[in-house]
Amino acid sequence: MFDIVLFAVFPYVAVIIAVVVGLYRYFNDRFTYSSLSSQFLENRILFFGTVPWHYGVIIILSAHLFAFLVPVLWGDLIADQTRLYIMELTGLSLALMSIVGITILIARRFRNVRAKAVMSFMDWVLLFALLTQVILGFWTALVYRWGSDWYLHTAVPWLYSLLLLNPEIQHVTALPWEVKFHMLGGFLLVLLFPFTRLVHIVTYPLTYLWRPIQVVIWNRRVAK
Amino acid sequence: MDIRAQVSMVFHLDKCIGCHTCSVACKNIWTDRKGTEYMWWNNVETKPGTGYPTLWEDQEKYKGGWEKKGGELRLKLQGRLGALTNIFFNPYLPTVDDYYEPWTYDYENLFTAPEGDDQPTARAISMITGKHMEIEAGPNWDDDYGGSPVYASNDPNLEALTDDEREQMSEIERVVFFYLPRICNHCLNPGCVAACPAGAIYKRGEDGIVLLSQEKCRAWRMCISGCPYKKTYFNWSTGKSEKCILCYPRLESGQAPACFHSCVGRIRYLGVLLYDADQIKNAASVPNRDLVEAHRSIIQDPFDPQIIAAAKANGIPDGMIDAAQKSPVYKFVKEWRLALPLHPEFRTMPMLFYVPPMLPVLAKIKDGKYDNADVASKSLAPLLSSLERARLPLQYMASLFSAGNDEVVAASYRKLIAVRIYMRHKTVGDISEEEALEALRAGGTTAEEVEAIYQLTAKPTMEERFVVPPLAREVAIEQTIDPFTRKREGGFGFRHAPQRGG
Repeated sequence: MFDIVLFAVFPYVAVIIAVVVGLYRYFNDRFTYSSLSSQFLENRILFFGTVPWHYGVIIILSAHLFAFLVPVLWGDLIADQTRLYIMELTGLSLALMSIVGITILIARRFRNVRAKAVMSFMDWVLLFALLTQVILGFWTALVYRWGSDWYLHTAVPWLYSLLLLNPEIQHVTALPWEVKFHMLGGFLLVLLFPFTRLVHIVTYPLTYLWRPIQVVIWNRRVAK
Repeated sequence: MDIRAQVSMVFHLDKCIGCHTCSVACKNIWTDRKGTEYMWWNNVETKPGTGYPTLWEDQEKYKGGWEKKGGELRLKLQGRLGALTNIFFNPYLPTVDDYYEPWTYDYENLFTAPEGDDQPTARAISMITGKHMEIEAGPNWDDDYGGSPVYASNDPNLEALTDDEREQMSEIERVVFFYLPRICNHCLNPGCVAACPAGAIYKRGEDGIVLLSQEKCRAWRMCISGCPYKKTYFNWSTGKSEKCILCYPRLESGQAPACFHSCVGRIRYLGVLLYDADQIKNAASVPNRDLVEAHRSIIQDPFDPQIIAAAKANGIPDGMIDAAQKSPVYKFVKEWRLALPLHPEFRTMPMLFYVPPMLPVLAKIKDGKYDNADVASKSLAPLLSSLERARLPLQYMASLFSAGNDEVVAASYRKLIAVRIYMRHKTVGDISEEEALEALRAGGTTAEEVEAIYQLTAKPTMEERFVVPPLAREVAIEQTIDPFTRKREGGFGFRHAPQRGG
């Protein structure tokens, strides 16, 4: 029963809240729809935290997403032993990189008075949620080897079943508790998304790649 | 041809007394909020000096403005892809220490300190952290050299000078400085707009004012580096960049911006310039030597019937064209060719122009009088102003106002000297007519022009200094927005207090 709540109900609750509140915040409080950068107040330590954190976590997340979207292709990719080794090793290193990054970021927020001055309660919640999540992920990868393989036979079918609105929790309920927490942690972060600075993810300015370099706004376009 | 109107500015540096009234007027209206304490949208610097933020002119440090790479004009800061990869950490961002940490004083302690043998003091408290702090820098820390030559000697513009010239500047007889008031230049090719990944900064088509949307800004921080003049500022409390808005709410109601209005020395002029937007890219791409001339050339004659027709075809209202014809800025910049852009080599095409300050001449006091024994002519003229005897080398002014082309600055100076000598001849009479005519010839000017320059420099009325065009925004927005949209609704501004962070 408890497993049903955690693995069949909670994910839906998290996603629905994320979407509804996320949209509400975007349309009603767009002013706060970003990360509150503290680089202006402290930028020396920030470099060693934010760069490894972002690049580490973005690549790992992309791998999770890639394996979920095209499991067959991913399966072929890791079928070769050398490639599997490389994959596991890369994943572990990136996870370590993220852990180091976020630890530096947390320490910086504690130790630097200026960076601390602009912290809100939800910023602290988010930082520790992220730290817990990457540690659990790293632990899972380290202790329960070949996750790039068994991920395809546990989490992926579960996530697909969620997507098809027909939750099959048996794919994951028998897993060790660290792994289960890591999975639930993912949805916890989804839940946190609209209430924290995580919203800055969806504002990533891809349009900068093609927008006209100068912006001129007229009240009324003049006919040329 | 794509004729547009730009509300433009001239600062007459010869008249600036460095009183900072402009800065205070601006601060009281716009930047007395949390997170903006350190911002001075208008600031006045002592030159030579390192300015605010420190070394803002050093583009190797902050990567502001544009550069020519392979014949193409591109941002010094980033390519498009570079912006997206540097977004987690902008390596060229100035931090609060490059400005100064804002503070107040612990006044309460004066009242609540327990009785003791010594006077209670009000210690400095940081306005960021709320904790006690040591003051290490402040606004205008190096005002009037700050009692030391060390600030001035770091001025990047001094690189244009020879070692001899630099050494001479620190001799006590030669010590000289002038003031450089700065606001946003509302550029034609703004670096901040181009650098903003979110596209939050824009130029208003109707009047050319550059604004920054607080709702679109996502704190990617690139504009701060991208503006070579460091005139976009980061509000650390709201996580938004902010900048000078040229007091557009005042302009829209027919008033001059607060810094203009309050200027004690009456150094500021405001008026409309018509320019050809199609030529911006070419004008910003010419070699350094030709930048000022190219900048002047895209400014169009508001009396030319062809230009007027093109402006009207582009939807520029009659009131704007009328203002362009009366514009004091047009006279200073284009007609008289006196006012020059600040650091045109940044290639943003700034629309704030400076009339360079008359350089004090080198002279010693002997028996309570100017000793001019070494001047060949016994006349007063070389003592009033002389390019050859100027205390600040011309190269220095050229580094500031003409991308190193000293001919451009010299031409401006020769005309200013002509005005001074000719008017002295006319009003005081201790300079001969031949000398006055000689000065006119050297300045490439005429008696009528000199009189006009004198009139607008020394005795302009407020209406002559500020020709504010009828911006008529309430009429303009009618086409797209019902002006009564906000009536009986939420009023102007945000529905929530713009408050974030701890």
